[in-house]
Amino acid sequence: MKRLIPRLLLAPAVATLFLWMIVPLVMTLYFSVIRYNLLQPDVTGFAGLENFEYFVTDPSFATSVVNTLLLLGSVIAITVLLGVAVALLINEPFAGRGLVRVLLISPFFVMPTVNALMWKNMMMNPIYGVLAQVWAFFGAPPVDWLTDFPLLSVIIMVSWQWLPFATLIFMTALQSMDREQLEAARMDGASYGQQLRYLYIPHLGRSVAVVVMIELIFLLSIFAEIFTTTGGGPGDASTNVAFLIFKQALLNFDAGVASAGALFAVVLANIAAIFLIRMVGKNLDK
Amino acid sequence: MKFRLATVFAAGLMAAGLAQAATELVIATVNNGHMIEMQKLSKNFEAANPDIKLKWVTLEEGVLRQRVTTDIATKGGQFDIMTIGMYEAPIWGKKGWLQELKTDAAYDANDLLPAIRSALTVGGKLYAAPFYGESSMLMYRKDLADKAGVKVPENPTWPQIADLAKKIHNPPNTYGICLRGKPGWGDNMAFLSTLVNTYGGQWFDMGWKPQLESKPWKDAITFYVDLLKNYGPPGSSANSFNEILALTNSGKCGMWIDATIAASFVSDPKQSKVADQMAFAQAPTAVTPKGANWLWSWNLAIPAGSQKVDAAQKFVTWATSKEYIQLVAKTNGWANVPTGTRKSTYASPEFQKAARFAAAELKAIESANPTDSTLPKSPYVGVQFAAIPEFQAIGIAVGQQMSAALAGKTTVDAALKASQVAAEREMKKAGYYK
Repeated sequence: MKRLIPRLLLAPAVATLFLWMIVPLVMTLYFSVIRYNLLQPDVTGFAGLENFEYFVTDPSFATSVVNTLLLLGSVIAITVLLGVAVALLINEPFAGRGLVRVLLISPFFVMPTVNALMWKNMMMNPIYGVLAQVWAFFGAPPVDWLTDFPLLSVIIMVSWQWLPFATLIFMTALQSMDREQLEAARMDGASYGQQLRYLYIPHLGRSVAVVVMIELIFLLSIFAEIFTTTGGGPGDASTNVAFLIFKQALLNFDAGVASAGALFAVVLANIAAIFLIRMVGKNLDK
Repeated sequence: MKFRLATVFAAGLMAAGLAQAATELVIATVNNGHMIEMQKLSKNFEAANPDIKLKWVTLEEGVLRQRVTTDIATKGGQFDIMTIGMYEAPIWGKKGWLQELKTDAAYDANDLLPAIRSALTVGGKLYAAPFYGESSMLMYRKDLADKAGVKVPENPTWPQIADLAKKIHNPPNTYGICLRGKPGWGDNMAFLSTLVNTYGGQWFDMGWKPQLESKPWKDAITFYVDLLKNYGPPGSSANSFNEILALTNSGKCGMWIDATIAASFVSDPKQSKVADQMAFAQAPTAVTPKGANWLWSWNLAIPAGSQKVDAAQKFVTWATSKEYIQLVAKTNGWANVPTGTRKSTYASPEFQKAARFAAAELKAIESANPTDSTLPKSPYVGVQFAAIPEFQAIGIAVGQQMSAALAGKTTVDAALKASQVAAEREMKKAGYYK
């Protein structure tokens, strides 16, 4: 009886959350095994694995999976490494630290489409962009970023937007370090490199895990930056799984194939998550 | 005091009650200049029709298309009037998703430009009313052409244009010619479809088989890639209308082939540094003049099964009438009226004076025929698109390949092969053939 009342009181909240999760999942599973195209309402019926087969046999499928993993891995690597470096830099007090911190955090609040268009038209344009002017100043021919390095350009845009997030998390983690331990290490004559290796990095282990997991969830579905800048091209050089689902299914208003693609994205997300969490988790136990 | 308060309160309630009795029309529209103007002027309509209230939902083109298509396919009933393009009108008209528009003699449906009207008519019934129409044409710098000693004829050919581009190409001050390259069925493929048409090609043959590896496609795309690689600006494979407009207005493009509305921007001294040097001609041709310039219109349509057909019809006929165009001319001047819909607009001497490009635009629109725009006979309607639901996905896939060929990432032959495979996959899945 004592355990029943708390459970009963929790039940409505838990039930709502459960419904929130299960209803879309079941509907997606259902749509992926039937023929459902908004523009062809007369075509119905059980399709079995037809939608999955259609999605996987797309010539761009393999490239899009590779691009998704490349995009994910690069942005995570860049934001974690640079984030730790920047957080360590602004850890010690200096004049204007508050203002610098605010400026460093602000890119995260720019809307993804605005971010992408600013990079495309203001920075990366080979005729009138800022980077073109810098290149010309040093006498080198301007680089056509979006044409020659489309995936790299998208990686740069997304990293610029997510670096503040990583910096913020690492900054707060560093603030919670044991000052006395650091003092003791310095007094014992530990060099900065040794402090890093034995004190700072192990302490940041948990926050690195948090940053990696959150970025993993959000970066798998990057769409706005690709749609507004390269349109997935040239060819399929910057097409990721989310853009492929858009191209294949949403443009056609084909809910069946779109659901099949979404389920693939879920499988991909889980595989990536298992690898990354195992990698980071191993370090946590040490 | 209490009595006065009570009367005011009662009056307020009565007014609210009367307002409830008014019909509310929800209008989904695109965020271009003409529509924003229409919203401002719609208070004239509301004043003339006190029993109708208008509610506007303004969206960007891609989002509008998604929302409106989803709503009409699922019979959601969210919108009473929809803004649709020339692509959707024949598809949805044929499916019976749109209400037939009944117009009277005062509206004068015969005044609508025949090319546009025929594209919106299925089985003799008009399913959408156009409020803006356009074709494509050549805009070039007359001063640079004169300096090179070349006189551009009214109907140039592509070899002549390639020759002129070579003569006026002077990087980094001016690039010989600027053309669209960003992937998209309405972006680079709108232009490339017309190029393929004029080289004697088509999207699908009469058996609905994609023709992307045929000789006309190969010739057209090879010509396009070489022309832009040699005489075009860098970054062309990501350039669409807005980017090239910025380049032309700052004097960096010697020639540009794009929507006729661009002519009004590049010849406007407030926007363009080279306004007085721009001249206009028809879109270049190669093997055939058929389909060399595209046809597009934004239209108002009413979903079938709507409960507010009378009120909606009243608004649709008001917004696309001769009187509305006169109203815009009176409020904003003839240079800002929505063009490309009625013969009477072009016949007006004030309009001809305000718009230097009017004659070229009218000629371009009248020469476009969506039912006969390819040299070999085609089973589809549309000049720069095929009015079938599968076209959007095919268009973007092919557009991506063409952009890759332009960027030098793949050869023209490999790009066309990949496009053919993508198109065949879509058509097979949609059941056009096994």
